[in-house]
Amino acid sequence: MINRLSDSLDFQAQALVLRSERQRLIASNIANGDTPGYVARDFDFARALRDATSAQTAPGAPVAGTAAMRAHTTLRYATPSQTNLDNNSVDMDRERAAFADNSVKFEATLRFINGGVRTMLDAMKSHNQG
Amino acid sequence: MSMFRIFDVSGSAVSAQSQRLNVVASNLANADTVAGPDGQAYKARQVVFRTELMGAGGTLGADASAGVRVSTVTEDTTPGRRVHDPKHPGADGDGYVTYSNVNAVEEMVNMISASRSYQNNVEVMNTAKTLLLKTLQMGS
Repeated sequence: MINRLSDSLDFQAQALVLRSERQRLIASNIANGDTPGYVARDFDFARALRDATSAQTAPGAPVAGTAAMRAHTTLRYATPSQTNLDNNSVDMDRERAAFADNSVKFEATLRFINGGVRTMLDAMKSHNQG
Repeated sequence: MSMFRIFDVSGSAVSAQSQRLNVVASNLANADTVAGPDGQAYKARQVVFRTELMGAGGTLGADASAGVRVSTVTEDTTPGRRVHDPKHPGADGDGYVTYSNVNAVEEMVNMISASRSYQNNVEVMNTAKTLLLKTLQMGS
């Protein structure tokens, strides 16, 4: 019972780490919106999360560390949507949309974790404690 | 927590953009400067940005957080505007006054672009701050 809850928490924690990584990556893209020659980067979140969690689903397997996650998360380079004289491939509209999307999903993951913790705490309470 | 790096990244971008605004301000202030006794008028300046990788941390490795730095400030070498005005105290022997080579329209556009980028990065920092504060309250 308790390890089902902690498995779910583990999964959400991995998702949260990857979300924060993606947030940092998009922040870098936005910061370099005016840098000549900069190429925008991103990673496939679904694939990264699948790879990061499948590495540790085997029972008794050690928790996938950052090294294992690094091997799975490959950065992709954005193709420019419009040609640009200074070879900068940051599309500010796309990056801002991705940033907002990632923030909302980061917060959603946080709420899932909080919900899981609350459920676990409720389950631990005895019935006469209210 | 690699989210803290966002403040380094966006902070460097904000500082680079403010340096760009500073250069634009000095260009605009000198838009009507005439050549001094040496015959050289003010030359417009432009900042050149470059990416600066900001240290280790996180699962994506060091190169995932890319900040911005002003690598050089270049001077525009095009000759300044020359106007025939023999009565002007700054006129040369032929009666021409050399003004600076600042293009005011270009500078205004540059200023708008810099201010938008500045706002973008401030917003990124605000969002990161909100998310981090919510992370701190996790489990409550």
